Amino acid sequence: MSAVLCGALCHAQTTLTIATVNNGDMIVMQRLSKQFEQQHPDIHLDWVVLEENILRQKTTTDAATHGGQYDVVTIGPLEAPIWGRRGWLLPLQTRLSQSYDLNDVLKPIRDGASDSGNLYAVPFYAESSLTYYRKDLFAAAGLTMPAQPTYDDIARFAKALNNPAKDIYGVCLRGKPGWGENMAFITTMANTFGGRWFDAAWKPQFNSPQWRHAVQFYVDLLHKYGPPGSSSSGFNENLTLFENGRCGMWIDATVAASALSNANQSKVANTVGFAPAPVAVTPHGAQWLWFWALAVPASSKHADAAVKFVEWATSKQYIQLVAQADGWASVPPGTRHSTYEQPLYLASASFATLTYQSIMAADPLHPTREPVPYTGVQLVVIPAFPTIGNQVGQLLAAALVGNITVDQALEQAQYATERVEKRMEVGH
Amino acid sequence: MTLSYSKLQRKMLMTVLAWIVAFLIFFPVFWMILTSFKSETEAISRVPHLFFSATLDGYRAVQEQANYLHFAWNSLVVSLGSTVLALVFAIPSAYSMAFSPTRRTRGTLLWMLSTKMMPPVGALVSVYLIFRDAGLLDTKTGLLIVDALANLPIIVWMLYTYFKEVPREVLEAARMDGAGPLREIYNLLLPLSMPGIVSTSLLAVILAWNEAFWSLTLTTSKAAPLAAFIASFSSPEGLFYAKLSAASTMAIAPILLLGWASQKQLVRGLTFGAVK
Repeated sequence: MSAVLCGALCHAQTTLTIATVNNGDMIVMQRLSKQFEQQHPDIHLDWVVLEENILRQKTTTDAATHGGQYDVVTIGPLEAPIWGRRGWLLPLQTRLSQSYDLNDVLKPIRDGASDSGNLYAVPFYAESSLTYYRKDLFAAAGLTMPAQPTYDDIARFAKALNNPAKDIYGVCLRGKPGWGENMAFITTMANTFGGRWFDAAWKPQFNSPQWRHAVQFYVDLLHKYGPPGSSSSGFNENLTLFENGRCGMWIDATVAASALSNANQSKVANTVGFAPAPVAVTPHGAQWLWFWALAVPASSKHADAAVKFVEWATSKQYIQLVAQADGWASVPPGTRHSTYEQPLYLASASFATLTYQSIMAADPLHPTREPVPYTGVQLVVIPAFPTIGNQVGQLLAAALVGNITVDQALEQAQYATERVEKRMEVGH
Repeated sequence: MTLSYSKLQRKMLMTVLAWIVAFLIFFPVFWMILTSFKSETEAISRVPHLFFSATLDGYRAVQEQANYLHFAWNSLVVSLGSTVLALVFAIPSAYSMAFSPTRRTRGTLLWMLSTKMMPPVGALVSVYLIFRDAGLLDTKTGLLIVDALANLPIIVWMLYTYFKEVPREVLEAARMDGAGPLREIYNLLLPLSMPGIVSTSLLAVILAWNEAFWSLTLTTSKAAPLAAFIASFSSPEGLFYAKLSAASTMAIAPILLLGWASQKQLVRGLTFGAVK
């Protein structure tokens, strides 16, 4: 009788519902997860792959209402500490096994995914920002990219490289409005120009000379040396422009490096050079820090199985698995020290060391020169940030198009942020 | 002669205008279908190309990444089911309001319609909590109920308009012969206003098929319809326009064919009683 019961129950499957974004690394994870199912025949994986904003809305609703629809969610540095603080996520540091080697995970990312000493998510991949440039155009113009470029260098190089007659533009930058689009880049610019989003008393700082200087510099740079239609260009559009040889330089996410170096899709794969993100008056917050991490909602009905999956997908062994299946150049970057100790990875990805240095240099706990009451480099880790960031992004895109002046945009940004702040009780 | 010439001119002008309007309405769909046959690089090209070397890579990638038939089946069940459920409630409601109006009928109709003016996100948390407690999250039954409720005001309004066209005397005659309300509806009202009911049903199916907000919010994997299928092909990092267009083309194809096949019925129903 017990054997019959065991036959029915011992093979009962736990189904984990995993919510994730439609990025290349996640698609690889979905494909390779069959190996996890083979290793854990009692666990079946159900995938929900969605566009980033829809995913954010769905998982936020579910986590906030303890709906229990998802066992594993893919979240970023904006959600991990806030959701963790609110008790929507399970703390992971005590649930991960010894062999997971948490100290191998890069510290800036652990900091970004933690709140009050509790780790609420473990990174699947992470990125910072770099300066991409065309070595052939630099050589032809007699220019040399310094080991650490400044924004004045970028302006000088952009002027020399700009050649609209040949459809080559000095510099490509994000202009598409959105807290994760133009504001990601502009915030790093404002940081390195000495600015910050809020002072210690949570007063918005858009009316500061640092913000004015940074935004004017950005608008002038794109007006003089940027491609037409920059205000509608995000990551994907600029990636295509650079791959097709239309940009002399591009400052954007480190994750673009592998695509630009891939001769199958990039026409400039052999001539692309890499340098750190530029600085202005301070190195603080000059390069951003973003990650996609896996977390287990507190409402998950299969928390133990979910932690097993999270551990598998973010482990050293998973990175080895991707390397065996698709080659070292395809492994999820930016998460573990051990990845950057692999000679094969360093040999296959010439940008690897620079990516590692950029991530390690980013400090989400101290992102600006002046002290701030918030964490996050190119974002402010508060629930109101998407609302504020999108509004400010729209205003700065309007300044880029020329519908309003930079001064008007910043004045309106100050007013809009104060209003949202009041409504959403930021800082209380 | 002059009059017929100017009539001809006006007719030509109207024809040209109709074609321009039809073209403008159809153009986004046409461009989406065209993009679905492009390569990702071609799809994002700054200079849009009308002529290019067509590829099925987008469709291939979509097929490899998601189970289209699973999503399509869910869409079919939910849109047909929600339409039937909404009709079950809407027909008696519209019947009572059309043939036994009170001084509050008009106000009731307007109130019903006003619920469509509220942004659905305003009811999101309460609906989500009800669904959670009722065990309806990620179920076709749950989505079917929400879609039926969302479309109910429009369906009642349309049916009310059609029922008003049916001569009251016909129903009164049946009543004198001893027919009850159910018999009146079944034997007289439904056959007499069948074109209107069919066009209302078609519209309800189309609205439920295209509904995205609740479909995306209340389902995860088991009951996810084609709206969720489309949403999985957009990406913040990497090129996706061709794949997204291929997924969208696959998602709208069944409803586009249904609309095309039934356009005569649809137009007949929508213009029912428009000209007396």
